Amino acid sequence: MRRRIRGVNDWVEHRTGIQSAVRQFLYEEIPASSGWHQVFGSVAMFLFMVQAFTGALLAFNYAPTPGDAYNSLRYILTELTGGRLMRGLHHWGASMIIVVVVLHMVQVFLYGAYKKPREATWMVGVVLLLVTLAYGLTGYLLPWDNRAYWGTVVTTQIAGQAPVLGPYLSRLLGGEGAIGVVTFARFYGLHVLLLPPATIFLIGLHVFLVRKHGVAPLPGDEVKPKKKFYPQQVFKDTVAIFIAFAILFMMAVAVRVPLEQLADPTDTSYIPRPEWYFLFLFQTLKLFSGPLEVVGSVVLPGVAVMLLILVPFIDRSQMVKVTRRIVALAFVLLAAIGWGGLTAAAVRSTPKEAAAAAVDYSGPTDWMQLSSEEMVGIAYFRKENCVSCHAIGDQGTALGPDLTKASIHKDAAWMIQHFKRPSAMRPGTSMPPIQLTDAQLNSLAAFLLKLNEKNATALDNAPDFAAQGALLYQANHCGACHMVNGMGMKIGPPLNGLSKRQSRSWVEDHFANPQKMAPGSIMPPYKLAPKDLENLTSYLFALPD
Amino acid sequence: MVLPGKSNGGAEVDGTSRRNFYVVAIYGLWGAISAALGLPALIYLLFPPKAKKGDEWIEVGDIGRLAPLSPVELTFRRTRVDGWKVISEKSTAWVVKGADNQVTAFGPQCTHLGCAYHWEEGKGQFLCPCHTSLFSSDGKVVAGPAPRPLDRYQTRLNGSKLLLGKLQEAPHPEKKS
Repeated sequence: MRRRIRGVNDWVEHRTGIQSAVRQFLYEEIPASSGWHQVFGSVAMFLFMVQAFTGALLAFNYAPTPGDAYNSLRYILTELTGGRLMRGLHHWGASMIIVVVVLHMVQVFLYGAYKKPREATWMVGVVLLLVTLAYGLTGYLLPWDNRAYWGTVVTTQIAGQAPVLGPYLSRLLGGEGAIGVVTFARFYGLHVLLLPPATIFLIGLHVFLVRKHGVAPLPGDEVKPKKKFYPQQVFKDTVAIFIAFAILFMMAVAVRVPLEQLADPTDTSYIPRPEWYFLFLFQTLKLFSGPLEVVGSVVLPGVAVMLLILVPFIDRSQMVKVTRRIVALAFVLLAAIGWGGLTAAAVRSTPKEAAAAAVDYSGPTDWMQLSSEEMVGIAYFRKENCVSCHAIGDQGTALGPDLTKASIHKDAAWMIQHFKRPSAMRPGTSMPPIQLTDAQLNSLAAFLLKLNEKNATALDNAPDFAAQGALLYQANHCGACHMVNGMGMKIGPPLNGLSKRQSRSWVEDHFANPQKMAPGSIMPPYKLAPKDLENLTSYLFALPD
Repeated sequence: MVLPGKSNGGAEVDGTSRRNFYVVAIYGLWGAISAALGLPALIYLLFPPKAKKGDEWIEVGDIGRLAPLSPVELTFRRTRVDGWKVISEKSTAWVVKGADNQVTAFGPQCTHLGCAYHWEEGKGQFLCPCHTSLFSSDGKVVAGPAPRPLDRYQTRLNGSKLLLGKLQEAPHPEKKS
């Protein structure tokens, strides 16, 4: 048996030479000083392979056009077993590869491994860094959610600012005018068709150059016997790769990658932020204003890249002993501090996600449980400024009775009469009559009857858009067909969970022309003012599932 | 993968066992990585999407005036879950009233390789133009390469209105001899 296997091996070896090639690769001689500090290149290459693998798997269930892209990604995340894991691996792998590539560069930089004759290896490496960033930039658009859309709007505008080349660049990226199908196709094409072969070619060239010149030795290596790449260094590379993969896998499982709402070009409240590794550029941009802006957006990054490429020609000293490379150490330290400072500043300046459009489900959600009628009651409670006399638990003045106390709650009919003519129901009271219609008073009564010590916080927490939205909901009699939090009719679909089913822009278009968006619908069109439309949609989107 | 069995000369016992440890660790760790990537990938590709709500009954037309043993092709629209889309598509069924007045609705595709077949009025048989499979009016294979009788829709009658449900394989597949 063993003879037969050897026979096959010999046959293959004779025809292809694969075995001696592999042997040559594995038994490459490396300097005695080689060790753990040289594992980053292998890890980066491994992560690239993971990206290629998970990327191909995602592409099997992905439709690369706006709109469909979003739906198909949601399909991957919600319908397919393992889909969330695949996307998690691809998403966090992208971040991880940046970290590892930068660590690799820092190691090479500190050890002076770019010095003669390895200048070309370094320069190819810098190009690989740029390619890695290009993946991040183009891949960012592909989910086609709000984050993707608005992030890319900013990116293409910045590209358009570049001196001389700007207009051509933005035309190339399809970003002229508005971001749309053309931009999407260009980004997708770059991400999956152009960049991967370029990466493979550049990695091949990079590794070829590393092999041609050998791994950079340290002072003292010349007198020690050389080591073999296999198995000791391969073992160290493998351990590093395994650790990186374990971290990546745990992040993919544990940290949920959000898919925001479908890209909505009319959403004026969205605050775009780039991916974390671009935040420092974003912050740099803010340091410059007016005509100087282009300095921060294009000139400085351009100069930095040029300097990075030219590092081997700027530093021409012979010294490669790490502890003696004071300038290099200081440079890395300064770069790290600068990057960290800019990133931290950018993070601090990022407003909390609770901005008008996105509902912050991590905050208090007590108000979301109220029916639309009760929410309308909150609106009137605020409008009539009831807290100027009444206490709500330990808040407000204690001129009138505490409204959270169940003992003062009578039935709705009594309360409405009392609102209209307080003194008739309670002789001697100083409460003024409330000038509202019966229907409005009914809502106020509904809310007050629901009010107790536990849910009193909802009165403070309910955002204005919810109160305004509920007012519109009631004024337009939405409850005659729809249901909210279990109250209303079932002629139309219940509105809880609407944000999971439809995008904001779909809902807003649907109000104006229901039949266009949902053929066969019997819902009449509603012409709402832009502000009303926004409030009503936000209110409906905030309803719990 | 080609692995040289022996270390390259002069290895002591200690060196050999350490070398063996390296080799085992390399294989083990790569095996773990491959499994952690490969198994979820297979699950992701092979497991069917989580079930959407079942097919409803679709009304396809009035069959009150359908003559026995004279199949007609009825066209109808139905919605189907297609990956991440719910599409409304045109679909057809060959509807036959049998000698016993039982109504059967056949799926429009030949059971051989999925071509669209048609009713040959003269022969009184269904003919598939691709590889000349022949089916009788009750869907049984008469000749040709088709491996099983024509697929049937679940049917339900509402007065004289015909409703179609899921497409299923014929209840008793017959082996051709």
